[in-house]
Amino acid sequence: MRMSFVVNGRSRTLDAPPLTRLLDILRGPLGLTGTKEGCGEGECGSCTVLLDGVPVNACLVVAGQCDGRTVLTVEGLASKDTLSDLQEAFVKEGGAQCGICTPGILMAAHALLAANPQPGEGEIRESIAGNICRCTGYQRIVESIRQAAKEQAAREPG
Amino acid sequence: MALVGRSVPRADGPAKVAGTARYVDDLTRPGVLLGATLRSPVARGRLRGIRRDPSFDWTGVTVVTAEDVPVNVVALIEEDQPVLASDEVRHAYEPIALVAAEDPVRLARALRALTPEIDPLPPVLTVADALQRKAQIHGPDNVFATYRISKGDAAKAIAESAVRLSGTYRTHHQEQLYIEPQGMLAFWDASGAHLVGSLQCPFYVHKGVKRTFSLDDAHVDVTQAVTGGGFGGKEEYPTLLALHALLLAKKSGRPVKMIYDRQEDIEATTKRHPSEVTISSGCDREGNLSAVSIRIVMDGGAYVTLTPVVLSRGALHAAGAYRWEHVSIEAIAVATNTPPNGAFRGFGAPQTIWAIERHLDRIARELSADPLALREKNLLRVGDTTPTGQFLKESVGVQRCVEEARKASGWERKRETLGQAAAARPVSAILRRPAPGGSASRKARGIGASVFLHGAGFTGSGERKLKGRVAIDMFQLLTEKKPRFRIRTASTDIGQGTETVFRQIAAEALWVSMDRVDFATPSTATVPDSGPTVASRTVMIVGSILEHAARDLFARIEQNRQKQGGSFDDAARRLIAHEGTVISEKTYETPADFVWDDATYRGDAYPVFGWGCDIAEVEVDLDTFETTVIGFWAAQDVGKAIHPLMCKGQIEGGTLQAIGWALNEKVVLKDGKILNARMTNYIVPTSIDAPRFTTVLVEDPYSRGPGGGAKGIGELPMDGGAPAIAAAIEHATGIVRDDLPLLPEDLFVAWKTGR
Repeated sequence: MRMSFVVNGRSRTLDAPPLTRLLDILRGPLGLTGTKEGCGEGECGSCTVLLDGVPVNACLVVAGQCDGRTVLTVEGLASKDTLSDLQEAFVKEGGAQCGICTPGILMAAHALLAANPQPGEGEIRESIAGNICRCTGYQRIVESIRQAAKEQAAREPG
Repeated sequence: MALVGRSVPRADGPAKVAGTARYVDDLTRPGVLLGATLRSPVARGRLRGIRRDPSFDWTGVTVVTAEDVPVNVVALIEEDQPVLASDEVRHAYEPIALVAAEDPVRLARALRALTPEIDPLPPVLTVADALQRKAQIHGPDNVFATYRISKGDAAKAIAESAVRLSGTYRTHHQEQLYIEPQGMLAFWDASGAHLVGSLQCPFYVHKGVKRTFSLDDAHVDVTQAVTGGGFGGKEEYPTLLALHALLLAKKSGRPVKMIYDRQEDIEATTKRHPSEVTISSGCDREGNLSAVSIRIVMDGGAYVTLTPVVLSRGALHAAGAYRWEHVSIEAIAVATNTPPNGAFRGFGAPQTIWAIERHLDRIARELSADPLALREKNLLRVGDTTPTGQFLKESVGVQRCVEEARKASGWERKRETLGQAAAARPVSAILRRPAPGGSASRKARGIGASVFLHGAGFTGSGERKLKGRVAIDMFQLLTEKKPRFRIRTASTDIGQGTETVFRQIAAEALWVSMDRVDFATPSTATVPDSGPTVASRTVMIVGSILEHAARDLFARIEQNRQKQGGSFDDAARRLIAHEGTVISEKTYETPADFVWDDATYRGDAYPVFGWGCDIAEVEVDLDTFETTVIGFWAAQDVGKAIHPLMCKGQIEGGTLQAIGWALNEKVVLKDGKILNARMTNYIVPTSIDAPRFTTVLVEDPYSRGPGGGAKGIGELPMDGGAPAIAAAIEHATGIVRDDLPLLPEDLFVAWKTGR
């Protein structure tokens, strides 16, 4: 099946069986290996990407569903060489340890902050409840997201 | 410079948040094949052969069996485990054959076209059956290892005590569940065998490859890829996977990548050893502890792996953080036909700490004493001796840990206001009469504590035998004005922050900024053997070797400067002009006053201990028996926090693993097979299950620790969580559990049966 979609702001057209997992399209032909596979059954959230702005598990979405839509992966968060506030916060606040869950968590948090720029702790925890982290105990991740929200607010007053 | 003690940005952070960090599955090589493993469907049997479906087109498919393995052993402590089973199969999922093909679909079909032909034998599935020798599966008696530790006369002292109490405490398997599954990329060329993989210990893999393929040091190169968590699960297991990938690569003549899927990873790789610990103790009516007798039995699974060392660490921690005049510890590990158990953060200590902490609560119950006060009264102090006769010279910060955790949690008030003792109606009465609907009163809150210790560094004479080495290089890049430095060590960063903390230690010792210090990718071809990344030894032991190497280098530069003038960088450049890359390499020197006798198990078991006090507050739903952790206070003596933020991250992450072990995680085995080998049904805590942690870093420095006194803390936080949770549940509901886990169904059964 021939399909077109926008990945990280760039139009991509490719031929693939329609039931190919989005995860395999990203990591394979598109070379976007920042999206990780942890379980292949939608439990760990490591492969979270945004499909039209909504977090999905790329291991559970098939390529055919993405035709004409927009995909954002971790590679699309930074602008040129500048990390986003969220990415910066994870580096500074200890949000990333081994880093394998980090891309997925960043995508879930990115979607949260887009919809709700000043989330409370409960909302932050809820937003990443589909992303398993085995290293951090989550507290530094929550702090990182909270810090990023603060930075964003400071940058965009009112 | 004051780099030590500062929470600098994580050195490998930018690549990890940008998605550019390369894990093993992100790597490839031209012509790469994918590899997979044919595994045993039964727990025990005689392997007659492997049937290849003649109707399958085998073109382009590589198959490896035991006959293809040059020396069919996995070189760990013992050589009892084959790389591929050749005659007897000893556990379900044991590797029998390997397959490689170009694409995953062909690979899956080829794997299905192979059938192991096995005559099943009756398996030994429980520790009791192993001890009764229902079948002989290892040596003459199914015993992997035995240890005895003795101080004074425990039996006599217990018999003479006013309060004598006994209990048996059990713990279950636990899966490490690193989020990146095991993976390895292998290839051969004229210079020998090459591996890049997800691993903790490059030189363990190196050793195994040398043995199986009869190669010398120079012909094996093992490189760590960015590694997505380990927790012990990538300590010894990657050796087996590396051998598999290399066998396929050798036979096919192509590079081979093997990446486990989640189910295979949970089924085939090692777990935490289940244990049964029986404790008898004696104390007086005031709660002064005097004697303890402990028997530990651990289930090692089908092969030795690291079991003797896990058992040893369990035994060495079994008496807890307390003063006992008389101690008798007997520890034994047996073989069963279950997947081999191995390294998991804590390494035997969480099992025995669970037992001794539950036993302390038993004593408190018997004496109607405050559980924390009882502990506090009996804490080890500087000047005391441990069960092995180790004299505690310094850095025993446990008293402060108790004080900090008590204060931060509001212990006294909560012991009074929460719990069934304080309830208007006893919880037991509420439980007997279920009310319709879920009113607020049908939840009970309680608070519980644990106190614990963890030996930092290798046990006993381990470091003396190992002689870990670290190098630091000084060199000049043409593109830069000032000389640069490069740390070369086999200590890996698996998320805990080695790259960052080592840069801090080196930069501080050299009086240079951190951005001038690189961290070489751990590769056996280029780094010295610093020993494995295990045993809470990376910062404390390897970090101290690094600090010495960096100080030596600094001294050389400084000497040159004083002689010939100019700046520090001028002197550094002169040394480089003279020597090329200037190398400062150091070997670990075990302190001369550190004495250990392997034969009698007497002496200094560890250079020093980390200490901790955990306090948990829980809410138990009296309809569903679900436990929610409301708050968690962890005060832990780390000696000196080189990077306080990452240090807290270790404590929080380790503690949540302990909470998961207690409240969520359970490996369900039937006929030696795992029924819940997926993330759908092996449940670990999410962000919503995790409590908000209050972490207090207590710093009672260790005179030989780097950065002004750092101690190992990787494993310490795994020890205290489970018993603190159990104690809090007991306080809330009156339900006393001596066995893990504490799943709702376990609490329900315990309540129903009045236990």
